[in-house]
Amino acid sequence: MPLREAIASHVFDGSSVALEGFTHLVPFAAGHELIRQRRRNLTLIRMTPDLIYDQMIGMGCAAKLIFSWGGNPGVGSLHRFREAIESGWPIPLQIEEHSHADMAARYQAGASGLPFAVTRGYVGSDLPKYNKKIKSIACPFTGEVLTATPAINPDVTIIHAQKADRKGNVLIDGIIGIQKEAALAAKRVIVTVEEIVDDLQAHVNACVLPGWVVSCVCEVPGGAHPSYAHGYYKRDNAFYKAWDEISRDRKMFLAWMQRHILSTSDFAEYRRSIESGVKVNSNA
Amino acid sequence: MTVAAARKLQNGTVCFVGIGLPSAAANLARLTHAPAVVLIYESGTIGTKPHVLPLSIGDGELAETADAVVSVPEIFRYWLQAGRVDIGFLGAAQIDKFGNINTTVIGGTYDAPRVRLPGAGGAPEIATAAKEVTIILKHDARSFVEKLDFVTSSGYVDEPNHESQFARRGRGPTTVITDLGVMNSDSATRELVLTALHPGIELEQVQSATGWKLKVAAKLEVTSKPTVPELKTLRDLYARTAAAHGTADRGE
Repeated sequence: MPLREAIASHVFDGSSVALEGFTHLVPFAAGHELIRQRRRNLTLIRMTPDLIYDQMIGMGCAAKLIFSWGGNPGVGSLHRFREAIESGWPIPLQIEEHSHADMAARYQAGASGLPFAVTRGYVGSDLPKYNKKIKSIACPFTGEVLTATPAINPDVTIIHAQKADRKGNVLIDGIIGIQKEAALAAKRVIVTVEEIVDDLQAHVNACVLPGWVVSCVCEVPGGAHPSYAHGYYKRDNAFYKAWDEISRDRKMFLAWMQRHILSTSDFAEYRRSIESGVKVNSNA
Repeated sequence: MTVAAARKLQNGTVCFVGIGLPSAAANLARLTHAPAVVLIYESGTIGTKPHVLPLSIGDGELAETADAVVSVPEIFRYWLQAGRVDIGFLGAAQIDKFGNINTTVIGGTYDAPRVRLPGAGGAPEIATAAKEVTIILKHDARSFVEKLDFVTSSGYVDEPNHESQFARRGRGPTTVITDLGVMNSDSATRELVLTALHPGIELEQVQSATGWKLKVAAKLEVTSKPTVPELKTLRDLYARTAAAHGTADRGE
C-alpha cells in the first residue's frame, strides 16, 4: 500500500500514535507523511522523540507527548520540543514524562493485555510528583512497595523495518528496541520497510512480526533516514548535527519544512530535495 | 577526568554506559587496561566493543560489535533491574552534595521551565539498580548546586531513615569524577567528600566551582597523571570518532 494511503486511512486527527524505533529504524517517512497530511491534535508516544517528533511538534501536529528522553542524541537539545514546552510555540504541548525502563514496561503491559506495569522505578526521583500516572503498589506476596504505571495501547503504532515478505510478515534486524511491544500494544499497525521480498531468509529466532498482526505494509526505501537501517545504510550523524542549526530558529525551521516536506509529494522526492539542498550549500 | 573515570573499570566489570563523557571513559578503559570490561548500552547492546564512539546510544557500531543485542524492555528488566550491572556511568546537568542529579528542568517551574532538558532516559533506574554509580561531569558552580531544580535520578536523601534509602538496591553514587578532581560519598553521612585533585589543580579552584561548602578528606590525594598510552589511545579514539561522524557518513 502506498504510504500516503496508509496514513490517510489509519491515522486521524486526535489519534494516539506511537512511532517507535530506538535510534535505529526511526520511521521518518511516515512522520513526514503525517506532517504533509496536516494531522492535528495527536497524542504522540515515543521513548526518544528524536528529530521526527521535533519536526511534528514544530509543525503543530501534537497536543500531547508521552516520552522518556527528549534530546538530539550526542548533539544537544531538540529545539522545537523545547520551545513548545518553554513557550507554547506553535501550540502548547502537554507532556507525560517517564523513564526509559518505565516506558518499556508500559508498552510491554499494553502488548500483554495487562492494565498496568510493575517496576522498581523512580526510587527517590521527583518524576512521580509531577506525573500522576506514576503510582505505587504493594506486592501481594511480600508487601514490598513497587511502582505501577498504566499500559500504553496506542490507536496506531508505526515502525520501520528492513524487510517484509509478500504475506506481510515483517523482519526487524539489529537493535530491535521497543518495536515489537509497541506494535502488539496498538489497535492498528503500519510498517514501512526497505524492501518487499519473496523470502525473508530469517533465522528461526529472528524478530519477526507475523503479517496477521500488521494492518498494512508500505515499501519506502531509505524511510528511516537520517536514522539508519542495519544492513542497508548507516546513521547520518552529520544530518543530526546539522538539525541543531536548522531547528534552532523558528523561521529557518519553517522554511526548511516548507521546502523539503510540504513542497514534496513523497519520501523519494524529499530525499532528492535534501540531496540537492546539500549540493547548493556546498557550492555556495 | 576521562582517564580517571576509565580507571574505575576493570576486566569483567559490567558497566551500564550513558552517552557522552561516560561513554568515552568506558571505551578508554576497554582499549587500555580493561579489554574484558563488559559495556552495556540502553539500546540493548551487551558486551559491545565500538571502534569509534557512538554519537547516539543506539548507533549501528554498537550492535555490530556486541556479544548480544536484546530488546529495550529486556535490557532494563532482566539485566539492569535484576541486579546484573556492577557500575552505572552517568552524566548530569546538575548535581547536589548527596549525588542526586538533575537532567529534567532548570529554573522556572516544571510546567513552565526556563530551560527544558532532555529528561530521564535510563538514569533513574541505573542510579538505583546498578551496584554502584559513578557520575562524570564538568565542575562548575552552575552544575554543583546546593539545591537541585529537580531530582531526576536519586543519590542519597539527607534523612538517614528515608524510605528511598531502603528501596534502593545498589550502593548509589559512590564516586563523582570531574575535570578538577574526585569526590566520594562518605560512608556515614553520604555527603560527597573531595578525596583527590587532578595534577596541577588547587583546592580553592574546586571550592569556588562548587555551590556548597565542599567537605575535604583529611588526606587529600593527587590523581596520577594520565600515561602516554592512555592519552594516545584517547586522542586516537576521538580522532577516529570525528572522522566517522563528521564527514565520512555523508560520503563527502
